[in-house]
Formats: sequence, C-alpha cells, structure tokens
Amino acid sequence: MLWVAAIVLLAVVVPVVVVLLNGVLQAARSIVPSVEGIAAVAAAGSKDLDAVPLLLTTQSQIEQTVAGLANYGGSLDVILDDAEPAR
Amino acid sequence: MSAVGAVFLLAVLLIVLALVFFLVSTIMALRKITGGLDTVIAGVGEIVEKSAPVNGVVNSINQQLDAGVELLEGLLVKKAGMADAVGLVEGLYPGAAAAGLRAFPESTDVRAPRIGEVYTKGTLTLARLGREAPIAALSPKGAVLRNVEGGSLAARLLYPSVRHTTPEKLPGSPVIGAGAPEQYERREDIGAPRKRLPVKPS
Repeated sequence: MLWVAAIVLLAVVVPVVVVLLNGVLQAARSIVPSVEGIAAVAAAGSKDLDAVPLLLTTQSQIEQTVAGLANYGGSLDVILDDAEPAR
Repeated sequence: MSAVGAVFLLAVLLIVLALVFFLVSTIMALRKITGGLDTVIAGVGEIVEKSAPVNGVVNSINQQLDAGVELLEGLLVKKAGMADAVGLVEGLYPGAAAAGLRAFPESTDVRAPRIGEVYTKGTLTLARLGREAPIAALSPKGAVLRNVEGGSLAARLLYPSVRHTTPEKLPGSPVIGAGAPEQYERREDIGAPRKRLPVKPS
C-alpha cells in the first residue's frame, strides 16, 4: 500500500504541482509587457499635455478679441442704420 | 531507511524544489509589475494634474466665444434684418441657414433669400474678406493667408469688368487696306467721266 502511495506522489502529485505553478508564473510574466506598455503610454500622454498651459494664452487672446469685437460692433452699431422693419 | 521511505522523501523534495523555483520566479515577475505600475501611477498623476485646469479654461473660452457669436448675430440681424442676415450666412456658408442663428431660434423658419443675386458680387466678396481677415493669421508671428500686397484679384473682383479677370472674346477692330481679309473689286465707273445720255429727237 505504501508503495502505491509513493508512486502516486512521485508520478502524479509532483507533475500537477509543477504544471500549476508554471501556469501562475507564465500569467505573471505575461502581465509585465502590458504594464510596461501602459507606463510608456501614460508618460507620452503626460508629455502631450505639456501644451495645456498655452490654453491660458488662448483664453487671454480670446478675451481681448471679443473685447475688440464688442468695441468694433458698438461703432458699427452707431455708424450703420438699422434694417427697415419688415413690411 | 526503507525503499518506500526513500521514494517518499524524493517526492517531497521534488515538490519543495518546484515550489521554491516557481514561487521565487513569480515573486520576481510581480516585483516587475509593481515597478511598472508605479511608473503608470506617476504618469497618470501627471496627466490628472496637468488636465485639472482644462475644464475651467475651456468653459471660459466657450463663454467668451458664445458672447462674441451673440454679439455678431445680434448686430447682423439688427442691421440687415432677419431675412437678409440668414441669406448672407447662407450665401457665405451654403447649408448654414438650416441651422439658423444661435441667439435667434426663429431664424430657422426664415426662408433664406439668394443674397448672391440680391446684392452685387462685390458685397459678398467684401463680406468674405471681412469674415476671413481676423482668422487669416495662423499665429501672431506668422504671415497672413491673404496676400495684401500682391493679391489684387480680390479687389479687382469687386468691379464688374470682363477685362480684369477672364476677358470674353471681344470683336476685333476692322482691318482695311490692301491687307484686309475682305477685298472688293474696284468699280471702273468710279472717277470716270459721267456718261452722257443720248439726246432724244424732238
């Protein structure tokens, strides 16, 4: 009886343990390149956002443009006659 | 030690060795993953930090632009009237009249007149130049898209003249003399003494 148990332990349990552990290791190793890719993309995305502060310049220039437009429109409002009311 | 005991011991030893090898390899892989995730977290943190003010700034820009659009639309409708305003927009941007003016929802019901036929071509050209002039510069330092020094065609298009752009085939001046394409025989009686008619006998 002990011989059977020893043979089962050696011929069945050891390969099963090896296969299971190898599966866990391969799964863990397959995650590494994905994580490295995500890290590279995150770094590139962060670099792409370096131009965001220029939005403040855009905001300032648009404020000035709209202010100039308002002045221009006010002058045009004075210079040009209004449309005749629809008949 | 019996033979059975030796086989048991060998099996247990193999199991322990397999556990050690694979678990240590797994730990190394997980450490690599942890390092990579740290880099990801740093990058994502930078993205969050840099994009935080974008929403407010873009909303502010949109508000400013909306105010500008309302101002221009209001001025256009006030000065040109609703129908002509919609017609002018349709003339400049075909199909835009269907969307109507933002500040005037009733403008979608207006049937846009054909401004190109009502006004002269020069009016539309002036409107186009005025519309495009503020956006002609790619950047404050760049050159304008419209060549104000060499591009005289836009100004010449304002005047109805066929000779300025693509002249039509106009009739040529008549050619006279010996090289004229049309030659006629010279009448001999021209310059000769006048013929005398016979005297009728009385």
